[in-house]
Amino acid sequence: MSKKRNPTVEAILFLVLLIICILFLVPIFIVLINSFKSRFFISSSPFSLPQAKTYVGMKNYVNGVEKIDFFSAFRYSLFITVFSVLAIDLVTSMLGWYLTRVKTKFTSVMYLLLVTSMIVPFQMVMFTMSKTANMLHLDNPVGIIVLYVGFGAGLSTFMFSGFIKSVPLALEEAAMIDGATPIVTFFQIVLPMLKPTAITVSILNTMWVWNDYLLPYLTIGTDYKTIPIAIQYLRGGYGSVDMGAMMAMLILAMIPVIFFYFFSQKFIIEGVIAGAVKG
Amino acid sequence: MQKSLQKYFALFALPGLICFCLAFFIPFIMGVVLSFCKFTTVTDAHFVGLDNFRKMFVDDTFMNSLWFTVKYAVVCTVSVNFFAFGLALLLTRKIKGTNVFRTILFMPNLIGGIVLGWIWQVIINGVLLKYNATIVTDPKYGFWGLVCVMNWQSIGYNMIIYIAGIQNISSDLLEAAEIDGAGKWVTLKDVIIPSMMSTFTICLFLSVTNGFKLFDQNLALTAGDPGRQTEMLALNIVNTFYGRSGFEGVGQAKALVFTVLVAVIAFSQLKLTRSREVEA
Repeated sequence: MSKKRNPTVEAILFLVLLIICILFLVPIFIVLINSFKSRFFISSSPFSLPQAKTYVGMKNYVNGVEKIDFFSAFRYSLFITVFSVLAIDLVTSMLGWYLTRVKTKFTSVMYLLLVTSMIVPFQMVMFTMSKTANMLHLDNPVGIIVLYVGFGAGLSTFMFSGFIKSVPLALEEAAMIDGATPIVTFFQIVLPMLKPTAITVSILNTMWVWNDYLLPYLTIGTDYKTIPIAIQYLRGGYGSVDMGAMMAMLILAMIPVIFFYFFSQKFIIEGVIAGAVKG
Repeated sequence: MQKSLQKYFALFALPGLICFCLAFFIPFIMGVVLSFCKFTTVTDAHFVGLDNFRKMFVDDTFMNSLWFTVKYAVVCTVSVNFFAFGLALLLTRKIKGTNVFRTILFMPNLIGGIVLGWIWQVIINGVLLKYNATIVTDPKYGFWGLVCVMNWQSIGYNMIIYIAGIQNISSDLLEAAEIDGAGKWVTLKDVIIPSMMSTFTICLFLSVTNGFKLFDQNLALTAGDPGRQTEMLALNIVNTFYGRSGFEGVGQAKALVFTVLVAVIAFSQLKLTRSREVEA
């Protein structure tokens, strides 16, 4: 709308937005200042800046990293997230292509089951899934990838399939007539076309797997703690929490997320929109 | 093409279907069966009919968490969408700094639920310090704490979807409204909102189902305290499974009811808002 703009109104709106954004950042700032305070002052004066008496330097960070073995948690989180997302992309793009291009009763039933699985809450399958995982020795950082592919398959297959449906068959058929096997057709023609959807699928799954708590907790949590699990372990028994270490670990947990956000912001925002429209 | 592709079933479809069966389909079927059984491991299950469901409904904690969850989902859906839509309107006016504002407002969404819960626990306990209370003194505090977490986390996410929706409205339509002399309020009410009904469908759907399924934030913020009064459905189910031996069947029955509930809400909500969608 190219209407005459009232500069006073614009200035007020700018100010309002500025204040809202500052309010949005305050929680992170509070955690940051508290991560440098001795734990006794976190509960007694949480909103004041660290002063000579309350400042403890990097002590909370050193403590926390040691207590929850942060770096090994980071490695597990990174490994599980990267390989689960890659596996989801590869496996569900192939499945989505097959289910869309092969029209039989079986494929339409499978597709329907996958789509339905999207609304089922994790609690419905958590007990039986963790028992199955246990029985099949999937209770390790490699096996959990199978669980992430399986539980995430619904949304990702749906998204790939939705995109493939909008692509004309002609190109694939031409390749096949020229003698290309389905393998060549998929990897040389279909997969490159799927790139935008693959980015969306990767973004949505990265946000899910990296932050997921219950699934890894129930299947591998006691042996291989990911970051969310390690942080929750700081609570310990009977609610006693080392709040100093907790603050420091919250900051360390947020750093990779913020990095990820600033490097792939454009894709994240596009991915969220694309994901929402499909869902 | 279909014929030649079908020969490659094992390569293209099987890996995905195996994973899906192991992680979802088989556990789901087992879960449905076990809802009608008493068991502590999967192998010692024996059929008890509807006994689990009877126990579930006489369990006060379940009915309390059901009520708590419903209230929470309603409050959050209204507040998150109100603010998200309002901010989306502001951020599509081409005010200076729009991109930076969007970036900041969306950021909390990437932080995981456990971390979010702990961040807000510190803040809320800090505020309540003045009144000599903590977040677990009164279930009211936990409730509003959870509302804060959800708003902080989801406003940006929904805002992004609303912005996309607003940008999709044809400028012809808006110009026509302007030429007809429609004021800001009338344009919003009679042009913008009706042509965005599909966006509202999506955002309301996401907010309601997320509100119902909330777990991590609940665990980190209050863990259900005081006295399980702020325990939401998802957490109540997990606690029934892993906190009380012999009640695994009841937990599974609760999970089944929970699943049906989420499905019913999802479908009726989609139907309700879809029927109000208009073609632009």
